[in-house]
Amino acid sequence: MKSRRHIISVLMENEAGALSRVAGLFSARGYNIESLTVAPTEDATLSRMTIVTTGSEEVVEQIVKQLNKLIDVVKVLDLSDGHHIERELMLVKVRAGGKDREEMKRMADIFRGRIIDVTDKTYTIELTGTGSKLDAFLEAIDAAVILETVRTGASGIGRGERVLKL
Amino acid sequence: MELTGAEIVVRCLAEEGVEYVFGYPGGAVLNIYDEIFKQDKFKHVLVRHEQGAVHAADGYARATGRVGVALVTSGPGVTNAVTGIATAYMDSIPMVVITGQVPTAAIGLDAFQEVDTVGITRPCVKHNFLVKDVRDLAVTIKKAFHIAATGRPGPVVVDIPKDVTMHTAEFAYPAGVEMRSYNPVLKGHAGQIKKALQMVLGARRPLLYTGGGVVLGNAAEALRELARLLNFPVTSTLMGLGGYPATDRQFLGMLGMHGTYEANLSMQHCDVLVAIGARFDDRVIGNPAHFAREQRKIIHIDVDPSSISKRVKVDVPIVGDVKAVLEEMLRQIKAGRERPDQEALTAWWTQIELWRAKDCLRYNRQSPIIKPQYVVEKLWEVTGGEAYVTSDVGQHQMWAAQYYRFNEPRRWINSGGLGTMGVGLPYAMGVQLAHPAAQVACITGEGSIQMNIQELSTCKEFNLPLKIILLNNRYLGMVRQWQEFFYKERYAESYMGSLPDFVKLAEAYGHVGMTIEKPEDVERALREAFAMKDRLVFMNFITDQEENVFPMVPGGKGITEMILAEEL
Ligand SMILES: Cc1cc2nc3c(=O)[nH]c(=O)nc-3n(C[C@H](O)[C@H](O)[C@H](O)COP(=O)(O)OP(=O)(O)OC[C@H]3O[C@@H](n4cnc5c(N)ncnc54)[C@H](O)[C@@H]3O)c2cc1C
Ligand SMILES: Cc1ncc(C[n+]2csc(CCOP(=O)(O)OP(=O)(O)O)c2C)c(N)n1
Ligand SMILES: [Mg+2]
Repeated sequence: MKSRRHIISVLMENEAGALSRVAGLFSARGYNIESLTVAPTEDATLSRMTIVTTGSEEVVEQIVKQLNKLIDVVKVLDLSDGHHIERELMLVKVRAGGKDREEMKRMADIFRGRIIDVTDKTYTIELTGTGSKLDAFLEAIDAAVILETVRTGASGIGRGERVLKL
Repeated sequence: MELTGAEIVVRCLAEEGVEYVFGYPGGAVLNIYDEIFKQDKFKHVLVRHEQGAVHAADGYARATGRVGVALVTSGPGVTNAVTGIATAYMDSIPMVVITGQVPTAAIGLDAFQEVDTVGITRPCVKHNFLVKDVRDLAVTIKKAFHIAATGRPGPVVVDIPKDVTMHTAEFAYPAGVEMRSYNPVLKGHAGQIKKALQMVLGARRPLLYTGGGVVLGNAAEALRELARLLNFPVTSTLMGLGGYPATDRQFLGMLGMHGTYEANLSMQHCDVLVAIGARFDDRVIGNPAHFAREQRKIIHIDVDPSSISKRVKVDVPIVGDVKAVLEEMLRQIKAGRERPDQEALTAWWTQIELWRAKDCLRYNRQSPIIKPQYVVEKLWEVTGGEAYVTSDVGQHQMWAAQYYRFNEPRRWINSGGLGTMGVGLPYAMGVQLAHPAAQVACITGEGSIQMNIQELSTCKEFNLPLKIILLNNRYLGMVRQWQEFFYKERYAESYMGSLPDFVKLAEAYGHVGMTIEKPEDVERALREAFAMKDRLVFMNFITDQEENVFPMVPGGKGITEMILAEEL
């Protein structure tokens, strides 16, 4: 039983406690959870959640079924079943004084990042992309200059006509 | 007209046709209790412990198929109720539990008798609600009943802060519920049913493996018809007993850890297995690798997709209501001319009869000490096999399941999934209230009965003429059995150095008590007890202390690797 990474989209009622039902489900059943993002959709009564998890086909089948079983959940889609796009946002605060300053600007450009906050000694760089692109950026720069990172976890959407809607 | 939240609660329960509310008052629910006092649409049963209330509501639900209702106060009322809620959850029992909560403004402040009810119960309910606005109250209660009773049934908690019970709102009870996020599939997929039927009609060594879903889904009649039409053998889980008549020739008895030889061997060696409202519990399939050693095709009918392919991979999943699916199968079989190969079936039945000839439930009927199995057999005779039998958890539960041959669904009431000691007496209360004229027996152990013994007082108040069959082996017998087999007879804490005088105890609560010590007195005592139609009789049977439950599949073993009585 090979374990694989899955990205699962969940459309659910925007109700108090809905998030804890999902989080509780994953911990109670021992499912792995790599990241989880959630926010209301264009229809304020619905929230959309993106969960990244790893597991064998059997486990992921159970995860999808168990999510569907939650009363607040309206629809579940395993995006990894088809073509999809994934994006994650990362903010990185780096030391950017002296010789580092030019180098950091150059690296941000290469990765199509934007510098969104500047002081004499620091830059804050905003970067979006797949998780692996963000990882690559962190690897590309000198670990010693990183002051702080914050990542949102992945959001995902199906390609082309593939939509998750009521 | 505007009603208070408390009035709304009571009106909703009346609208739902609730007969009994099992409960216990306290600060957070005082307004609701005040409204209960003023109405006469339903009766309130005041228990002696909240756990008893929830179990009694659960027992009522199991015996009737209707939603059981319990009402408890905030804080300790809720924590006492949790065992009952979890017990119902594990066996998929429809129930609505209304819990009081501290006023909304006090929530989160560690207020007096505050617990996070929604948080504590979340993992053991089908769903739960915290009602913060009185205007949502009626529709929430409507949803709660709907969710509890439909699809795979289960308990639903409605947590109501005290201020919400005082606020007012316009009352209108919704006629129905529409929920975009909850629409259980009941009708089986036509293509899947067709595929399943091809397998069924082509089977050479078929087995119908039936479970609690047959009882919960009121599908006993359809099951009988299907089994008889096809001449297929039937086995059942602990939870499905009564779903198929136990005295019928086609019934092989219960399967699993304490299942019969013929049932377990048929399960292992069948070529087409039809799982009907049964969830491949670990107590049923034993070691999954051992189970997977034999090739067989599996068809699985279940209303809950997550029950399917959870522990055992199946070939043809059918998501749907058991009754709807079985009826559709019957229709299609009857419409066609194809039937299973009779020669193959005859050979399969011959094999099964050989297994059956082992007579694995044999026990020593000559024993000078009362054998627990004998008591259950006699109980069956004395009650004409028609009693409602509740049980607690332990060896006595297994003997009840093996030796009381249930011919009708909803007669066998026990805790299978959670295995909660202490359910027997409150279950019997719920059953007797639901069926006042019926014979209701509670088969219990001296360990289990003491876990909710206080309810004897409730029984007195409501004149419930239960018959308590205590199989008193002076041991936590099921624990002792494991210690005997797997811990070299080190009986760690499975013996209680002191037990109450059960006859005096029964009398102290206002009931009749009897102690029976000799096999020859068993039948007479039972007849005498059941003749007392308006009294609760507590029968203390002093049984063989070291009797064990056989057959037994040790933990980790395959279901055919049974220990049989004769092998010891
Ligand atoms: C001491 C002890 C010993 C035990 N030993 C055994 C043993 O030897 N053998 C044994 O079998 N059990 C035994 N059990 C019980 C065991 O733990 C499980 O509770 C039991 O096996 C589960 O039964 P089930 O598969 O019928 O499922 P249930 O828990 O009854 O579940 C019912 C299934 O049916 C589905 N369902 C419900 N309603 C419908 C509907 N309308 N339509 C379609 N599907 C529906 C549900 O989704 C669920 O999957 C023992 C328990 C204890 C405490
Ligand atoms: C609440 C609870 N605690 C502990 C257990 C573990 N347990 C299962 S059976 C059993 C012994 C039951 O003893 P008794 O009621 O005397 O029944 P017997 O097995 O002797 O028939 C115990 C302790 C349980 N099932 N439930
Ligand atoms: Mg005992």
